[in-house]
Amino acid sequence: MLRYTLSRLLSLGVSLAVASVVIFLAIEVLPGDPAAYMLGLNAQPDTLAALRDELGLNGTLWERYADWVGGMLRGDFGTSYTYRSSVSEMIGERLWVSLPLALYALTLSTVIAFPAGIWAAARRGKAADVTVMGVTQLGVAIPNFWFAMLMVLVFAINLRWFSAGGFPGWDKGVWLSLKALTLPAVALALPQASILARVMRSALLDTLSEDFIRTARAKGLTKGQALRRHALRNALIPVLTIIGMQFSFLMAGGIIIENVFFLPGLGRMIFQAISARDLIVVESVVMLLVFAVVLVNFMVELAYALVDPRLRARA
Amino acid sequence: MSTAVTERSLGAQMLRNRNLLIGGALTFVFAAAALISFVWVPYAVDGVDIANKIKPPSAAHPLGTDHFGRDILSMIMVGARTSIAVAIVAVGIGMLFGVPLGLWAAARKGTLLDEVIMRGNDLVFAFPSLLIAIMITAIFGPSAVNAIIAIGIFNIPVFARLTRSGALALWQRDFILAARVAGKGSARISFEHILPNVANLLIVQGTIQFSLGILAEAGLSYVGLGAQPPIPSWGRMLAESQTMISFAPHMALFPGLAILLTVLGLNLMGDGLRDIFDPKLRRGR
Amino acid sequence: MSLLEISNLDLDIHGAPILRDVSLSVAPGQIVGVIGESGSGKSMTAFTVLQLLPEGAQARGQVTLNGHDMLSLSEAQLCRLRGNEVGMVFQEPMTALNPIRTIGEQVAETILIHEQVSKSEAMARAREALNRVELPADRFPLSRYPYELSGGQRQRVVIAMAIALRPKLLIADEPTTALDVTTQAQILALLTRLVREDGMGMLMITHDLAVMADMADDIVIMQKGRVVETGPAATLFETMQHPYSKALLAASTHAPDREDGTTEQPLLTVRNVVRAYALPRKTLFGAPGQVQAVKGVSFDLKRGESLGLVGESGCGKSTLTRAILGLEQVQGGEILFDGQPVFTGHAANRAVRRRMQVVFQDPYGSFNPRHKVARLVTEPFHLLDAPPTGAARDAAIAEALTSVGLAPEDQHKYIHEFSGGQRQRIAIARALIIKPDLIILDEAVSALDVQVRAQILDLLADLSKRFGLTYLFISHDLSVVRAITDRVLVMKSGEFVERGPTAQVFDAPQHAYTKALIAAAPRLPEEA
Repeated sequence: MLRYTLSRLLSLGVSLAVASVVIFLAIEVLPGDPAAYMLGLNAQPDTLAALRDELGLNGTLWERYADWVGGMLRGDFGTSYTYRSSVSEMIGERLWVSLPLALYALTLSTVIAFPAGIWAAARRGKAADVTVMGVTQLGVAIPNFWFAMLMVLVFAINLRWFSAGGFPGWDKGVWLSLKALTLPAVALALPQASILARVMRSALLDTLSEDFIRTARAKGLTKGQALRRHALRNALIPVLTIIGMQFSFLMAGGIIIENVFFLPGLGRMIFQAISARDLIVVESVVMLLVFAVVLVNFMVELAYALVDPRLRARA
Repeated sequence: MSTAVTERSLGAQMLRNRNLLIGGALTFVFAAAALISFVWVPYAVDGVDIANKIKPPSAAHPLGTDHFGRDILSMIMVGARTSIAVAIVAVGIGMLFGVPLGLWAAARKGTLLDEVIMRGNDLVFAFPSLLIAIMITAIFGPSAVNAIIAIGIFNIPVFARLTRSGALALWQRDFILAARVAGKGSARISFEHILPNVANLLIVQGTIQFSLGILAEAGLSYVGLGAQPPIPSWGRMLAESQTMISFAPHMALFPGLAILLTVLGLNLMGDGLRDIFDPKLRRGR
Repeated sequence: MSLLEISNLDLDIHGAPILRDVSLSVAPGQIVGVIGESGSGKSMTAFTVLQLLPEGAQARGQVTLNGHDMLSLSEAQLCRLRGNEVGMVFQEPMTALNPIRTIGEQVAETILIHEQVSKSEAMARAREALNRVELPADRFPLSRYPYELSGGQRQRVVIAMAIALRPKLLIADEPTTALDVTTQAQILALLTRLVREDGMGMLMITHDLAVMADMADDIVIMQKGRVVETGPAATLFETMQHPYSKALLAASTHAPDREDGTTEQPLLTVRNVVRAYALPRKTLFGAPGQVQAVKGVSFDLKRGESLGLVGESGCGKSTLTRAILGLEQVQGGEILFDGQPVFTGHAANRAVRRRMQVVFQDPYGSFNPRHKVARLVTEPFHLLDAPPTGAARDAAIAEALTSVGLAPEDQHKYIHEFSGGQRQRIAIARALIIKPDLIILDEAVSALDVQVRAQILDLLADLSKRFGLTYLFISHDLSVVRAITDRVLVMKSGEFVERGPTAQVFDAPQHAYTKALIAAAPRLPEEA
């Protein structure tokens, strides 16, 4: 298990290193001078020079990369050109919106998808299965930001149960904040729950057709017992993979949904940064999101090992 | 016993598959709408008709008009072009690069090359398509072409992984060994024996990625990173409707339904094709 | 009174008839063998007893187990019987166990499902059951996972689960088909011992007459869903009446009519061949280990000879085959075909490779399902510098198909239109089409039913006579090797432990392993 963890940890490190190079180079391939790009066409030469200095554009490529990565390792993401404030602090504030939103949505998605998928698999071909499959077929096809708009129309504008957007801040009360995140989280969770329920169902059906389920039935287990005791845990491996992938979609999907609901999260920040040509912010937020995705994948791989003894034994 | 299932012709199976029929019909409607829009639309979509702005559905405008008085049905027809074009090219990019990479990795399984290709895939996977799009837009500015590139890049590892896993299973089969005994090299075997046998998988995944492409394009246009005005696009129609949703819900309803139905159609078609192609079901055990 | 009584059983699955008018009975302490080829309905008979049938199955008739009318019991009542009064052992031990739960948990589950006992008591009794199937505590603690066990050991765990509650009836569905011959003998001995100790009845399903002849009290022969012959094993082989039973018996002992065509001229020379694989790294920085699958073997194959290569799974025979075919490079020694190396530089020698061909085991996996027969059988033409085209190509296809007993018109069909036996004929046609000197038969008849196997063996004998072919016949099946080869090599752990003329090796084996192998092989009564 230790060897497995170490090998996964190594691959996590390599992924992050390569990702940082890709992101850094992507910004570097920018035609011309990033400082000129950021300041626009009518920049004064002295402001340009000042910005070049501030961005550390005067060093070699290697020096600049080392500066950027070194800074991030120390928690220093640089200074935003437009806001004149520390990017780390800005990210810190925004993260308190984006991360709870992603976790909220992931929880909702899992809580809906597991029972639905299991129910459909246990009643394969029956009315329950047809219903779950039909609803999830729609759920997969619906664009989440459109669903969000429809929910705003119904629950905020017509019924007035929720506000149409905005975020009060955690200091105004946990309950209020959670309420503000509810519609966004539901909008994010619906398509993901649909996908997850379908994956759960098909993974269970695959497992239920395995020989060892027949062995369990021959021991005297009922269909339900065989499903709970033998099929479920074996079906978890593909399901975990999807949950891991969904987290990255939720972080990224959050970017759009935050815009629908005017939430002050990383998503809004990145769009404001793009329109303000604030490359430092874009670069740092993208790197942070990639870090989150890679980290979650690492945790998913550890979870595999908890489920499957064969992985624990292997390096 | 299995002959009854296998002998039924592919065409007959397709006609009996409800998913495929419904999905195919939906897809056909939107593809046709996009094609017809090249020669005819009910109203021109580049004019402004302030007198007729924000009209609910009527006989003259079946889906109503928007805040510039443009006919929403015409906008949806023209917008279908953008969605379909972006998704097709993005799937094309994914297949063009992903499939050969997957075949190559499978043929060299366990070597450094395989490892490098697959790790590279993992890395691209760590950037959700939206992040790729954001980076590209941040650098080159927003446009439909950049949206295509972003979605296409994201499709590459999807097809590479699928091709590799399908190909690896095939490389274990005796008929591949027979081809090797006949002196055929791995490149020749990959194209002559492996590719035709993973084609079904690729077609099914292609329809799924196509639908994801349409969703992704809509999302990017919605946040302003996709097709730029004056090119009509479903996602931007939704973005423009957002502030008017309380008094003009039809402006938000119809473009969203267009996306939903197109994606639904493609997904149903993919499921139907999978049912027909899946050897597990075909064996009819 | 009998323990299991099946009378006039009919079974349909989705309306298709599977069983018709099946009757048989098992008494306590009795072993009844049900024998039939694939599709005879023998396994479905077993599943009907447990009522573990696929969806859409409909059974009519009478199945009485220990006084219970199995066809009328509710699902809950059936669950109480399964594992308790009747246990079952399956064909495929590699997949019959849940891969992520320990063997202790899985055996204890049988007890926990049926009796109100504590987890620790169930575990203690699971230990006892594992001891009974000869998996001792020191080497096989309860905390072992299935992936840590071999196929034979896993089958023992499945048996332990089936007998943990000392059921009255044990049903075994082809329990040894997937196992090596020596393991098979051990599992059969274990089953017989358990039946005798507990006074269980046993219903054993198999395709192998010889397995049953050794251990059954009664034998039931099935064909196409019907019972064609029933009788005591001791006398059945002499008293058989039904033409199908007789045909089955004849096919099981069939030896094709052939003569030794061995010449003095060596065709294939294998000298000190070593084939090693790198193991995955154990530590990050340590050098990877190595495993030698073939440890420096040598032999000569003479033109016109039929040479057998016998060994159990993992002995290195497949690895050696690949090396001979020039598919993999060897790490030591040389392989010469008619004096020329099969591998030159980093590629196979085409001039040599076009003179040898191969037929594989699996008639279903050896063909690309998307190509027609004409394209399939002409694949070896790729080895020729100037492959025939047009009329010459058509003539070659027709000749190859005709010589294996198929019609030239068959070239326009797809492979799924053929039965397993016909596919194996097509595989032979593919090997023949470039008129090779040597054909390597890699378990070529192992997946076939006995009657089809007999036909293919006849075909092989006939072809070797007509075309002067040389065969290298690789198999785990001793009776087949005995029937078709002139000389035999016995391989174990990458080395040859014995070699000699086939009759001599089989009648007077010298090496302990050969002796064990021959003793383990089930045999039909001599006089039959």
